[in-house]
Amino acid sequence: MKPSPFEFLRPATLAEALEALAGNPHAKVLAGGQSLIPLLSMRLAAPEMLVDINGLDELAYVRASTDGVRVGALARHAEVQADADAERVQPLLAQALALVAHPTIRNRGTTVGSIVHADASAEMPVVLSLLSGSLTVASAASTRTIPASELYAGPMESTLQQGEIATEAFFPALAPGAGVAFDEIARRHGDYALCGVAAVVTVDDARKVESVRCGYLSVCEVPTVLDLSEVFASGAVGDAALAAAGELALGSLEPEADIHASADYRAQLVRVLTARVVRAAYDDAVDRSDRRVR
Amino acid sequence: MTEVTNEQAYEVRLRVNGVAYDVTVPARRLLSDALRHDLGLTGTHVGCEHGVCGACTVLVDGRPMRSCLMLAVSAGDYEITTVEGLTNADGSLSPVQQAFKECHGLQCGFCTPGFLTTITAGIAENPDPTREEAREMVSGNLCRCTGYQNIVEAVCVAAKLARGAEVAP
Repeated sequence: MKPSPFEFLRPATLAEALEALAGNPHAKVLAGGQSLIPLLSMRLAAPEMLVDINGLDELAYVRASTDGVRVGALARHAEVQADADAERVQPLLAQALALVAHPTIRNRGTTVGSIVHADASAEMPVVLSLLSGSLTVASAASTRTIPASELYAGPMESTLQQGEIATEAFFPALAPGAGVAFDEIARRHGDYALCGVAAVVTVDDARKVESVRCGYLSVCEVPTVLDLSEVFASGAVGDAALAAAGELALGSLEPEADIHASADYRAQLVRVLTARVVRAAYDDAVDRSDRRVR
Repeated sequence: MTEVTNEQAYEVRLRVNGVAYDVTVPARRLLSDALRHDLGLTGTHVGCEHGVCGACTVLVDGRPMRSCLMLAVSAGDYEITTVEGLTNADGSLSPVQQAFKECHGLQCGFCTPGFLTTITAGIAENPDPTREEAREMVSGNLCRCTGYQNIVEAVCVAAKLARGAEVAP
């Protein structure tokens, strides 16, 4: 349970960090380390070099503006969660972050780190995907922006290239008429969820449903986002439509079995949680619309 | 046969409980191990060593973090508080320690250092927690003896003691 030896570098600037990464194809980036250090300790990962970016204060920010929330690579989960402006601009962030592990882990772990770790059981990759956000990544040669839809290649595998550092995640603002909800079921509070669902529902001025999108974690090998609008064509959120939404979702998901839950049980959680979060997101949308009108 | 390694060592100044320690450690030295082995501060306990049990929780600039999920070489920037640093300046028990004693919040004591540090930060942030908030506060720490009831009770009593200490002259 001790990491294998590695070389350690603690650059003072992003440029230095990128240079170090470019020079060693077996180097890994250390940010919060709440996923990486267990992997090292269990020797599931044994990089030759760690590039510790905790000294890069330039990446420690949460910036909320009218178009969305920009989260720098060194912003800890707890800082993003506590940011009142970020919560106002995109309330799904704080809702989801409250479900990320325990407060002690959130004090050190970073939101961007969780996104690039690409664990399909994690909350923030699903949030970024559901909101159609994006990730800015830098390398020694250039900078590019990856849309969330192109970020996840497979289990624990992002499309970042060797030598790249994710510098910022962008979460678009909540649109007018939209509401959000997030819920998950875990064996113990703070554990990885057996199944989790996030929803964005938009309503028109007459409170009729315009669109319903859901993001799923711990169900498939990658964070999965589905458009379930078609079963709400009547515009109402009734029990029949909510049940149909769960079935529609299951048509596109392949729940997997593991030691914690059978595939059938996961499917049942998809049905229950889909209904629960779509209703909650609808209520949230109506509530926000009412408040805006007043 | 002892394998000979020529692993590179790194110098880092750790500031723990108000004392600065200069240590030379390999990069892979976990903060929890540096505290125990290099500094001799064995109050911090190591349980699962992968961030699940909470026994190794220390305060980093006042915020609870897992010392087994930090590298010692990354910890030089911070003021670290371990369980040894929780007692009052005169050596008497802190409100959280006193509450654990009064409420029988420990049995074997292995998990206790992690609870004490976590709750110390928790009641600083929320000086008057409900029982539900107390449960949430300690939800990231495992205890295999007590069944948690007395620990939750200790959180509430500690908060009360801390509030009392503040109003006392």
